[in-house]
Amino acid sequence: MTETGTNGGAVSVSSLYLFNMAILVDKNTRVLTQGITGATGQFHTRACKEYGTQMVAGVTPGKGGTFLDDIPIFDTVAKAVEATGANASVIYVPPPFAADAIMEAADGGVELVICITEGMPVRDMVRAKRYLGGKSARLLGPNCPGVISPGACKIGIMPGHIHRPGSIGVVSRSGTLTYEAVEQLTRLGLGQSTCVGIGGDPVHGLDFIDVLRLFNQDPATHAVVMIGEIGGNSEEEAAEWIKANMKKPVAGFIVGQTAPPGKRMGHAGAIISGGKGTAKEKIEALNKAGVKVAPSPALIGQTIHEVLKGLRI
Amino acid sequence: MNIHEYQAKEILRRFGIPVPRGRIASTTREIPAIARKLGGRCVVKAQIHAGGRGKAGGVKLAKDPEEAESKAAAILGKALVTHQTGPQGRVVKRVLVEEALHIDRELYLGMVLDRGAARVSVIASAEGGVEIEEVARKNPEKILKEVIDPAVGLLAFQCRRLAFALGLAQAQVGKLVAAMQGLYRAFDETDCSLAEINPLVVTKEGEVIALDAKMNFDGNALFRQPEIVALRDLDEEDPREVEAGRYGLSYISLEGNIGCMVNGAGLAMGTMDIIKFYGGEPANFLDVGGGADKEKVAHAFKILLSDQRVRGVLINIFGGIMRCDVIAQGVVEAAREMSVQVPLVVRLQGTNVELGRKILSESGLAVIPADTMAEAAEKIVEAVKRQ
Repeated sequence: MTETGTNGGAVSVSSLYLFNMAILVDKNTRVLTQGITGATGQFHTRACKEYGTQMVAGVTPGKGGTFLDDIPIFDTVAKAVEATGANASVIYVPPPFAADAIMEAADGGVELVICITEGMPVRDMVRAKRYLGGKSARLLGPNCPGVISPGACKIGIMPGHIHRPGSIGVVSRSGTLTYEAVEQLTRLGLGQSTCVGIGGDPVHGLDFIDVLRLFNQDPATHAVVMIGEIGGNSEEEAAEWIKANMKKPVAGFIVGQTAPPGKRMGHAGAIISGGKGTAKEKIEALNKAGVKVAPSPALIGQTIHEVLKGLRI
Repeated sequence: MNIHEYQAKEILRRFGIPVPRGRIASTTREIPAIARKLGGRCVVKAQIHAGGRGKAGGVKLAKDPEEAESKAAAILGKALVTHQTGPQGRVVKRVLVEEALHIDRELYLGMVLDRGAARVSVIASAEGGVEIEEVARKNPEKILKEVIDPAVGLLAFQCRRLAFALGLAQAQVGKLVAAMQGLYRAFDETDCSLAEINPLVVTKEGEVIALDAKMNFDGNALFRQPEIVALRDLDEEDPREVEAGRYGLSYISLEGNIGCMVNGAGLAMGTMDIIKFYGGEPANFLDVGGGADKEKVAHAFKILLSDQRVRGVLINIFGGIMRCDVIAQGVVEAAREMSVQVPLVVRLQGTNVELGRKILSESGLAVIPADTMAEAAEKIVEAVKRQ
């Protein structure tokens, strides 16, 4: 039971079997934190543990043998994996060292690497992605909020309390805009199977299509909300893929409709260059693929709600 | 981050790419001596960060030192308006004076991140001297591309493949290969996000020379590029954007009159979009980031209000990590210091939201509260229109 992703990696059986309640992460996911002794690493490791995630190890070179609360800390990822059976890693290390952390995680044998770090040089990510080409690990991010399967596993910086378990899959390039959309869903009584942040950088791990493919196969996911933004053409490619393969309804939103060309809108990847990557092109592509696109960011929840009502699901 | 043409050429020279002989000048007095050293006939080029200088009259050919001086006088100290500067133009503080070459062919050579491939690509075209976007639109078949494997760099055979496809004579192929490989080394070692030589010329004497040069750098990599940072020209940047950067805020000036302050880039763009959706125009993009403290919020607020066009402010915070009470305190402090004259709509959501709202309502400031993003946008657009 394998499935080829962007990185040429294979989905391990462990992330797909058991109730099939979500994608990528579930209550059996065992997580290690790289950069666990930094302020951000500490704060979010505790918050995720409190949410119920199995936070089993930390890695900070030179701090091996110590603990964060009752979580053991190791000098290397390989040692942490060997001692604790961790199968996912979340990275909070500063930008200059983040690419090395990603590659160490992939080499150390975890199946899923989630890089939260914002501000990584593109050159570093180009090299890291090349390195991942030969590994089975899959990468989320960098510059992403992480991934959450509500009620089962939260890895990253998103506020857990706005989520509810349910059957809507969410995939997004943004952080806070995703929280906004999730809150709208929850208010409408629409819970989420898994919410995946793929990150706002131009070079990143899993892309829309990789995540859509997983949602398509996940029995617990009945519909998908996809939140894209200006820059690049991942949304256009996803639209093509949806048209050809997606069996479940998809609603979308593209942010940056008022962004001027040539300016980097906060996210390193959110830039209209050479007249390409505009919101208009992306919305048209999604419409053509049968994706209902919300006209305003305040109507993302409402849009998928209406799609589902129309289908009487 | 952008740099000037003369600075980019200096970098290219260091990486072994031939550039025209020339010198930079900031006064007309220096021009005749420079022109004489270059042989009299020369080109005077305005140095600003915007493209389209040639069409706008910022690049002039002079037949002798006297003409060079008069041509430079017509450019230096004047505002040059190109399609990229906006109607107010950009004041020219320096001109580059260069030898005039005998041009046989003009080619295009560029390097840029290919997002789909997650690698850097070389772009080349026999149609040099015009905007590459235009070539891509009209004659996409005239654009040649090679994707670079970061593990081995740009390989000689890839360069040869491009050189032969461009129709270069045998004698020039080796020179072009050297220029391409030099450009890739420069791109890689200085953390470029874009490097463009347009045109790369073949002279009548058979030399391959970079007649123009444009380099942009990855802002995320500047921490390890002190030499590049030293080339930054703050006069070429929006002063509010520079000020915001000093406090770790991400700010971009826009054309409208509703100032916005938001946490997170996606939500900040979404806030701009929803203002427009309700018939307003955003004055800026402003992301205070995930871990903003009271001071950062106060600075952000001051930068917003320093824009004279701003007729109303919308603060939209989804406090996942960020606490709403911290935001509220920052806003109250800054507002007290600055005496806010325009309507202010605040939407807070998330951690400590009740406390945040309480701080605002007890502050005595005329804050218009909103529960949702839609309500907030509607209220600020209406308040601005009523004025």
